[in-house]
Amino acid sequence: MTGRPGGRPLVPAYLSTGGVARPSRPQLERLSVLTGTGTPPPAGLPAAQLALLDALDDGSLTVVEAAALLRLPVSAVRVLAGELVDRELVLARAPIPPAGRFDPDLLERVADGLRALKHT
Amino acid sequence: MAFAPSSTPSPAPPAADAHASATGAARGASEGVHLPDTARDLVKILVAGPFGVGKTTLIDSVSEIRPLHTEEPLSEASAQVDDLAGVRDKSTTTVAVDFGRISLSGGVVLYLFGTPGQERFRALWDDIAYGALGALVLVDSRRIDASFDVLGLVEESGLPYAVAFNAFPDAPRHHTEQELRGALDLEAGTPMVTCDARDSDSSVDALLALVQHLIDRNAPEDAR
Repeated sequence: MTGRPGGRPLVPAYLSTGGVARPSRPQLERLSVLTGTGTPPPAGLPAAQLALLDALDDGSLTVVEAAALLRLPVSAVRVLAGELVDRELVLARAPIPPAGRFDPDLLERVADGLRALKHT
Repeated sequence: MAFAPSSTPSPAPPAADAHASATGAARGASEGVHLPDTARDLVKILVAGPFGVGKTTLIDSVSEIRPLHTEEPLSEASAQVDDLAGVRDKSTTTVAVDFGRISLSGGVVLYLFGTPGQERFRALWDDIAYGALGALVLVDSRRIDASFDVLGLVEESGLPYAVAFNAFPDAPRHHTEQELRGALDLEAGTPMVTCDARDSDSSVDALLALVQHLIDRNAPEDAR
């Protein structure tokens, strides 16, 4: 892990990506779901990419959740995840397309789900 | 991790949303963070408002995970004019963005992003707002003018929104709904509710007011 409790990350964000500022996959969103493919990582994988891969060992994470866990900015995780996708170590699944968010059925399911949360 | 909402409101005051999750490390940073296998449709709603209005309190009251946060860098331009009033421990040009998650029935996972609404966060705002269903704008009736910026950003971004007044104990009660609507210059169709961000049911009701508004505005005219 690059984070340490209660402090700044050990590895600054601009170093975690090896100086790469733009992701190879611009479509990675905050809520894109990252899942490890299970392929063993090659030797020499940069530490920050390894840390992200490790975080996916126990299950899928969205980009923003991975950023919070690794204490990295979302922009850095976009770069790292893009590289891992290129290496076929990680699968990325987009959240619902922006046009789909006005789907009446989806909105009804959100409303039903919220109502079910209430205690009374 | 199963969803286990607290049955009683937190006794903490609904203030100071900045860094409210800083103590969350003790709960186990990665515990329960991974997505449930049933997650299918991931949607997000912005919980927008000025610092200290109770965004993180609301997110915490309904979220299944302890709210997490990301540190988002601000541009150099904004750093020069950054108003740090009310923001503790701010020695760097980043802003903490809190978010929470609620797994709903039917494979829907709802993310709530606490979004600072000042004009200087516009680039960050645009990035977070991309693909969002809508925004719940939290307003403190003791300082309504603190919410003008955020309402401006919401309206410019075209996101549908609802307004929720967070019921602070010492908030003035002499305002009528009409006065509050006038002060915020709200359109007649924009929902306006009062909530207690500490209470999960109350927070859910505010979110429901927004979602119902989204459903209504998308319904064909003849079906209304």
